[in-house]
Amino acid sequence: MAFKIIASQCTQCGACEYECPSDAITFKGEKYVVDPKKCTECRGEFDTQQCASVCPVPKTCVPA
Amino acid sequence: MPQPVKQLETTRKGSLDGALRAAKSGGCAPSSCGLSAPDDIDPAIWERIKDHPCFSEEAHHYFARMHVAVAPACNIQCNYCNRKYDCANESRPGVASEKLTPDQALRKVIAVANEVPQLSVLGIAGPGDACYDWKKTKATFERVAREIPDIKLCISTNGLALPDHVDELAEMNVDHVTITINMVDPEIGAKIYPWIFYRHRRYTGIEAARILHERQMLGLEMLIKKDILTKINSVMIPGVNDAHLVEVNKWVRDRGAFMHNVMPLISEPSHGTYYGLTGQRGPQPLELEALHDRLEGGAKLMRHCRQCRADAVGLLGDDRRREFTRDHISSDVTYNASKRHAYRQLVALECGDHLAARKDAITAVTSAESDGQLHVAVTTKGGGRINEHFGHATELQVYVVSQKGINLVGNRKIGQYCLGGWGEEATLYSIISALEGIDILLCAKIGDSPKKRLAEAGVRATDAFGYDYIETAIGALYAAEFGVKPLVATA
Repeated sequence: MAFKIIASQCTQCGACEYECPSDAITFKGEKYVVDPKKCTECRGEFDTQQCASVCPVPKTCVPA
Repeated sequence: MPQPVKQLETTRKGSLDGALRAAKSGGCAPSSCGLSAPDDIDPAIWERIKDHPCFSEEAHHYFARMHVAVAPACNIQCNYCNRKYDCANESRPGVASEKLTPDQALRKVIAVANEVPQLSVLGIAGPGDACYDWKKTKATFERVAREIPDIKLCISTNGLALPDHVDELAEMNVDHVTITINMVDPEIGAKIYPWIFYRHRRYTGIEAARILHERQMLGLEMLIKKDILTKINSVMIPGVNDAHLVEVNKWVRDRGAFMHNVMPLISEPSHGTYYGLTGQRGPQPLELEALHDRLEGGAKLMRHCRQCRADAVGLLGDDRRREFTRDHISSDVTYNASKRHAYRQLVALECGDHLAARKDAITAVTSAESDGQLHVAVTTKGGGRINEHFGHATELQVYVVSQKGINLVGNRKIGQYCLGGWGEEATLYSIISALEGIDILLCAKIGDSPKKRLAEAGVRATDAFGYDYIETAIGALYAAEFGVKPLVATA
């Protein structure tokens, strides 16, 4: 299980990259992407998915 | 009377050297801006704000700031903000056309410093939050301070992450900080901030507003302890926090804030902000003026704010950001201090002259036996003079002249009347509505046709005082209007 970023809605503010405890989010080409191999959905670390919690746009960091 | 100094060039071209030579022949030595501090400001503080356009009304006539948009990430959501859309023709806080890395920002600052001699301040105001996106803010300041040691550094923040970085701000000699504080009561805050992100959690409602309020106050107190000049920005949201801002003003004054800047809410539906979409209106110019008047006597007010973008460049009324976009800046730029240095010498002369002229005009007005009051609108592009044509102006500076003196009370944005050589009828209509409550309009030049139309709408417009100092012109106008002893024009 992993999260993904809906690129068409993303404002590229970069807050998720900064908050992700697993370093799963990187800027590739023209957009931010979540590496599904690294994403843990923050289980065991935080109560909420950090990328979704900090994202300023609703429904943009969502379960893949 | 001071020596008349050759008019300061605030235009793009024009030989600084020639102007400087002419100024030098005036015979007084260049010193700091304004040979002495204005009467109502402590000289030690004046030393720190005399060339910061956002902290000193006097400085904004002469000095320019630039913002670099290196900090896009944000930790709170405000109902008046939507960073999803950027339009090149929009001008409002939180908007930036291109985000920069710290290295790109450094190159941009050097390019601007080489071309814009008025540049004195580098600010980071987002488009997110400068303290939350701290790594990029810090990296940018470190690089710039190494290359251009005499540039002032400042940040603008919502305050949530501020307490974590006050020590570092002090270490990096950041001498000016602005915190946006819209409430001191979480009940009201909950109507402005839908959520915050703090210590790995999203908070909403009253709890979010309470945490934000506590962090803002803590940050403010820590800054004051470090002797960092702190300005408070507040957005006036009619029916939400307008009456409450009196309370905010008291709180921040008691904690030692240097200045309070109350700005009108911008809420066009097309901006897609929550307030824009729900029909929350912004205040009318006269409502804002009335609130400013209620706040007089509290923390010092800023009345010359232009609500600029997170990537603004230039004098406050003259945004030049389009000249310095990423593709205009070469990868290899070297800082050359000569233009900025020459300009500073020139300003030292001109600014002293302006202060003296201003003092004379204000003395003449306040000592006149008249209880008359006028609202005067002025078109200017800097230098404290009436030097903008009516047709080119995109904003009006509004002054009130009365027994209390000659005071700037605000600015109103207008559409540019003259586009491609033609006057726009529809624009004139909107300018007339923006002139509500104004008795007289002073500009450098105005055509007969718009002049006639304005007169029909009850506003007298004149270019008789073109290129004079603003206060000198208003003083003379007041004398003519109320039959008091006129002033001898100085410049």
